[in-house]
Amino acid sequence: MNYNWDWNIFFKSTGIGSEIYLDWFVSGLGWTIAVALVAWIAALAIGSVLGVMRTLPGKVLPAIATAYVELFRNVPLLVQLFLWYFVVPDYLPEATQVWFKQDLNPATSAYISVVVCLALFTAARVCEQVRTGIQALPRGQSAAALAVGFSIGQTYRHVLLPQAFRIIIPPLTSEFLNIFKNSSVASLIGLMELLAQTKQTAEFSANIFEAFTLATVIYFVLNMSLMALMNLVEKKVRIPGMMGGAK
Amino acid sequence: MIRFNNVHKWFKDLHVLNGIDLQVAQGEVVVVCGPSGSGKSTMIRTVNQLESINEGEIWVDGKNVADPKTDLNALRAEVGFVFQHFNLYPHLSVLDNITLSPIKVKGMDKAAADKQAVALLERVGLAHKKDAFPAQLSGGQQQRVAIARGLAMEPRVMLFDEPTSALDPEMIGEVLKVMKDLAESGMTMMVVTHEMGFAREVADRVVFIDHGKIVEQAPPEEFFKNPQHERAQQFLRQLLTPMS
Repeated sequence: MNYNWDWNIFFKSTGIGSEIYLDWFVSGLGWTIAVALVAWIAALAIGSVLGVMRTLPGKVLPAIATAYVELFRNVPLLVQLFLWYFVVPDYLPEATQVWFKQDLNPATSAYISVVVCLALFTAARVCEQVRTGIQALPRGQSAAALAVGFSIGQTYRHVLLPQAFRIIIPPLTSEFLNIFKNSSVASLIGLMELLAQTKQTAEFSANIFEAFTLATVIYFVLNMSLMALMNLVEKKVRIPGMMGGAK
Repeated sequence: MIRFNNVHKWFKDLHVLNGIDLQVAQGEVVVVCGPSGSGKSTMIRTVNQLESINEGEIWVDGKNVADPKTDLNALRAEVGFVFQHFNLYPHLSVLDNITLSPIKVKGMDKAAADKQAVALLERVGLAHKKDAFPAQLSGGQQQRVAIARGLAMEPRVMLFDEPTSALDPEMIGEVLKVMKDLAESGMTMMVVTHEMGFAREVADRVVFIDHGKIVEQAPPEEFFKNPQHERAQQFLRQLLTPMS
């Protein structure tokens, strides 16, 4: 293969204003983080509520949560994104529709669509992890909590969830990383996040390999740092005396 | 203090409780024994409705526990329960295990709850372990903390569901001693156990249950010397000379 690598490309002018290509990557990374973090916080909140619902006594609440999980887990992410971006807005009330389609900056409406999409998609996966975390606890834990007079809410809040969340830190970490990787679908509805900026760089400069190499490195370093962060969290909340815990 | 009126419970086709009638007076210590599968654990768990019942009534401190109008959380706060497997909260220190419910259920302030917890830990001989976590304690120590946790709610009754069955033999004594002290302090207690030494020494009455029915109840000296029911005689023989 005959290819002339040119790593200086990132410091060259894009020809648009005074920007160099590196600026595009920085801005793309900013959008990627903005999408993934906001969607993650929402997914964690919604998924936790759904996960708790699936473990509650009774029929109705668990059924609702189960239906949610099946729906969001069995439709491809990209299809969901197109639905949220192209279809759902048409069913909004007239005024909201005008606001979403005309008043909003196109980047903002794409941003809202992708955050909603990723949050709801990931919530289904978080739900399953929270559910398994709760179900992994010995049954005696809820019995002990109920026996001292705790309500169901207090039992979850003080006894079950603090233990369940500790157990599921590793799978939650991988969901946390997934949401950063999945955020790249936003490039398909025109949000200029990291992948979109990479493609644009490749097209403008014709330095395809350099552009995608840098994108790969950025995603990799980003995810490795998140993983390191989550490892710290896991160590911090370890229970003394338990397996792998501090003595 | 506790009264069972013709209580029935089924697990699908299995008739686990078959017309239980029993009364436990205030300050009384009742030991419940019987072969495994006889329904004794289920029976004690119905008192605070960790198990529901299908028929009959259970009155605890003047309240019918099976009545949907009864505030179960309030009732359970007055009934201490000690489990076979301790069920301490593993993510909390010994002190926090004991103070959690007084603070959250009774609204006690933290300082008062801590003070009470330390006093209770002294009573069960574990004050020096207040900052340890459950996984750092032996089984016997965990069970003593679990008893302190139950007492922290200042219950009117304490229920024990095979409190020493999951313990190594050399740890059984320390738990039974705490229970004996508790009995001597006048606590109303219902104890499911196979510890016949405890029954003989501490119980006011021994209740023998088989196939979900109470087949015999008597003061311990009578029960051990002269059991009336054939099943009880057989049970005691097995217990005293297991190899024969």
